[in-house]
Amino acid sequence: MIPVLGLAVGIALGLLLDPTVPLWLQPYLPIAVVAALDAVFGGARARLDGVFDAKVFVISFVSNVVVAALIVFLGDQLGVGAQLSTAVVVVLGIRIFGNAAAIRRHLFRA
Amino acid sequence: MSDDPRRDAPDAPVPGEVPADAAAPAAEPAEGTAEATAKGTAESTAEEPAPARPRRRQSLVAASLIAVLTVLLGFAIAVQVRSTGTGGALDVAREEELVSILDDLDNREERLRAQIADQRGELRDLTDTDSRSAAALEAARSRADVLAVLNGTVAAEGPGLVMTISDPESRVRVADLLDAIQELRGAGAETMQIDGVRVGVSTAVTGGPGDLRIDGRPVSAPYEVVVIGSPADLRTAMSIPGGVVDAIGRQNGSVGIEQRDRVVVDALRPLDEPQYAQPDTD
Repeated sequence: MIPVLGLAVGIALGLLLDPTVPLWLQPYLPIAVVAALDAVFGGARARLDGVFDAKVFVISFVSNVVVAALIVFLGDQLGVGAQLSTAVVVVLGIRIFGNAAAIRRHLFRA
Repeated sequence: MSDDPRRDAPDAPVPGEVPADAAAPAAEPAEGTAEATAKGTAESTAEEPAPARPRRRQSLVAASLIAVLTVLLGFAIAVQVRSTGTGGALDVAREEELVSILDDLDNREERLRAQIADQRGELRDLTDTDSRSAAALEAARSRADVLAVLNGTVAAEGPGLVMTISDPESRVRVADLLDAIQELRGAGAETMQIDGVRVGVSTAVTGGPGDLRIDGRPVSAPYEVVVIGSPADLRTAMSIPGGVVDAIGRQNGSVGIEQRDRVVVDALRPLDEPQYAQPDTD
């Protein structure tokens, strides 16, 4: 309940305030968003599995975001930022798909 | 769904991972509470009485953390979607595309700069000729003014004399009037009129005493001569011995001379269009 409310509030805030993304953050924000989404899906799945733990969720959320941003940052420094961010998105996308499949199986038993 | 069995395979590692995440809590909270209840004896028994409040607090902290994180996530999603929507196509363009776009822009800039230089030069040329022609026009206009005053096609004003020649016995001849005109011209008269008839370069005085005509128009005594020129010079020229005043006096006439700072010569004469003479263009 709290995550859903939080998401709604956050989206509403973002739409209302409509801030501009600072330039230094622009390469990392999309990746961070995808990483955080991965953590959220993982949390949802854990919740359905009955093994949800808030601490793990918080830590995995933060570390996902930080690691994803770090990878992209490193890629930028090495000159392969675009490729590495693609790699991060692919990996996170696969994980999100997997989690979504597990959630679907829980919800629809199919 | 038919692909479920196959799906299971890629899913497999993930569940393995998530439970790994989730398995940890089983131990970790136990540790946390164990620390909190370090005074307690056994882990298993200590968990029963004490945990009520710490766990409550812990879950409160966790909930608020989750709330903060999800709010942040929602915020980031909204912001990112917004900025992607408004950022234009350049954000997602590849490097090669960007390079070619940049090249295009460079070329265009160069062309535009050349165009600007061309237009600037043209503008300069036009301004030059414009100012030249403006100056020429100004000169021509002042020349035309001078000529118009001399020819009597415009009214003129300035310092000068009003001279009244009375002729009680109608004895003033053509020669006397011509003398007066020549004398005035010699003294620097710039333009004049006699009895409302403008005197120009081709003005003729005809007729006999008492029936004088200027350019064919009859004038009658007293003849009023309005002259523009240096008043003192003109007066001196009229009054010299044997001059106009004397000559009129010999015809029993009299000359009244009035110097004025401003007289108006407002009679006009039509411009003589030359019939045979053409300007020599060489």
